[in-house]
Amino acid sequence: MSNNSPHITDYKVLAKVLLVLMFLTFVTIEITSIDLAAFTVTIALLVAGIKSFLVLSYFMHLKYENLLLKILVTMVFVLFIIIVLITFIDYSFR
Amino acid sequence: MNNTEHVSFLEHQGKHKGILAWILSTDHKRIAFLYMYAIAAFFLVGAILGLLMRFELIAPGETIMKPQTYNGIFTVHGIIMIFMVVIPGLSAVFGNFFLPILIGAKDVSFPKLNLFSWYLFMFGSALAVASQFLKSGPPDTGWTFYAPYSTTTGTSVIIATTAAFILGFSSILTGLNFIVTVHRLRAPGMKFFNMPLFPWSLYATAWIQLLATPVVGITLLMLIAERLFGIGFFNPDLGGDPVLFQHLFWIYSHPAVYIMILPAMGVITEIIPTFCQKKVYGYKAIALSSLAIAGVGFLVWGHHMYTSGMSEQARWFFSLLTFIVAVPSAIKVFNWISTMYKGSIDMKPAFLFALAFIFLFMIGGLTGLILGSVATDIQVHDTSFIVAHFHYIIFGGMGFAFFAGLHYWFPKMYGRMYNFKRANFSVIALFVGFNLLYFPQFIIGVQGMPRRYFDYFPRFQWAQILSTIGGVILFIGLIVMIYNLVKAARSGEKAPANPWNGSTLEWQLPSPPSIENFDEDPVVKENPYDYN
Repeated sequence: MSNNSPHITDYKVLAKVLLVLMFLTFVTIEITSIDLAAFTVTIALLVAGIKSFLVLSYFMHLKYENLLLKILVTMVFVLFIIIVLITFIDYSFR
Repeated sequence: MNNTEHVSFLEHQGKHKGILAWILSTDHKRIAFLYMYAIAAFFLVGAILGLLMRFELIAPGETIMKPQTYNGIFTVHGIIMIFMVVIPGLSAVFGNFFLPILIGAKDVSFPKLNLFSWYLFMFGSALAVASQFLKSGPPDTGWTFYAPYSTTTGTSVIIATTAAFILGFSSILTGLNFIVTVHRLRAPGMKFFNMPLFPWSLYATAWIQLLATPVVGITLLMLIAERLFGIGFFNPDLGGDPVLFQHLFWIYSHPAVYIMILPAMGVITEIIPTFCQKKVYGYKAIALSSLAIAGVGFLVWGHHMYTSGMSEQARWFFSLLTFIVAVPSAIKVFNWISTMYKGSIDMKPAFLFALAFIFLFMIGGLTGLILGSVATDIQVHDTSFIVAHFHYIIFGGMGFAFFAGLHYWFPKMYGRMYNFKRANFSVIALFVGFNLLYFPQFIIGVQGMPRRYFDYFPRFQWAQILSTIGGVILFIGLIVMIYNLVKAARSGEKAPANPWNGSTLEWQLPSPPSIENFDEDPVVKENPYDYN
């Protein structure tokens, strides 16, 4: 059985995470004005990935969950990356 | 448990009476029944449409319907059978009924969400049915809604895809519910590796439902956006890429095959040890192979697209991955057969259905290797070989496993026993009819009979006649089976708590179980299949 013990995150921590998320949103918007060719999408996805990590960890409380759940959620992201990479085996060589 | 005080979930008097006691119930067993009756009705409609197609194909040229009607009927048959029967079938019916019981819980984690899933399922199904009767005519794209044709056809594609989108949400919510249930509600002392194997398969399936279904949801929304607003996602005339649709569609729809087949494998894994009175062979291998199938199954979608214009490198890569996914499937088959070896086999109808499943699934699986290999796939692509392979996996696999599960758990669900002679007759009729219907399609498929064609060359007629005869025998088997089970549910002999001498938790409960399943916390054995 999983650990169901409650946990409370300090509002200061949540506020800091919110500020970081807003900053990263600003980065996502600004990056479109710089010509980085194919890397524009890569960087945008990287920023989105960091934002997802923060939301999952702090707002969805994954940080306080047991190791098994953390591994499962990580596997989901690994799977997503693999699917995108495999799709690009088609697009890169077509 | 004291049987004199026992009130089954069927007799339980709650806040509501009559039909409201069912459609407002959050009891997982009642919700399972709601799904079962709805799915059975859809299945019969789909089967009748299939039979109509068979009568049309009994001779070349027009026999009982026009070509456009035929196109509509095969699309409707596909949408009903795939989205409304096969994908939800085993998870929603037996998963809902038995997952909580098998892990020693009183219900799923989110009972209200569970009922909401059923309402979404019914709403999506109603839309799918409605799409067939609109003025613009039933969608004629096939169940795959391939672009760019689906972006331009004048038929009711938007309603049909919206229906599939809503049905997908129902599937996601069920998957989410099952994952949380397995993590949070296992009985005290029940670790992952002493959980029965049907919950293992449901757990693996639930992850696929949760992760893959949103992809098709987004894809269908993109299709709707393209039709309504002319956004060029898929149509080359608008700068889109039709192969992208195929990628996105199959990223969901291939794992969806495992949404159908993994619970089927779980049902068979419950049945075989019970009727062999033997501990299941290779428990951990079966459990982990479910996860392996779910994981690798995500990466093989491209084998549906060898002729789509995909790059050569991608084709051989998908071919390699496809051969890898055969390994965990084969592990299960070897383990089932090894479980039977030197077992005390009791040939009851549920076991006969399970044997039929293994035979048919093996044919489906081995012909799948022909399709996984690029060179041979190109030869038989879009021929009736695909139709045969697909039905051997889906109907021979999921369908027969559903019938097996129904005959296995029927006494527990209804508290009544069915007639064994009629059940045995239906197994034989279904098995013979099925093979007569689909096997000839392999042969004429190799010879070049295209799938989804209204007309054909006279040289293929011998097989079409055999298939139609097989279809009629299959339908007779279905009618006998349904008659037998309906009669048993109404007036069958009372079933004991454990008619098959099973060892898992459901057989420790009275038949049918009470509303909360367990009056006391169940005792969990170290191995759920301990027959010694």
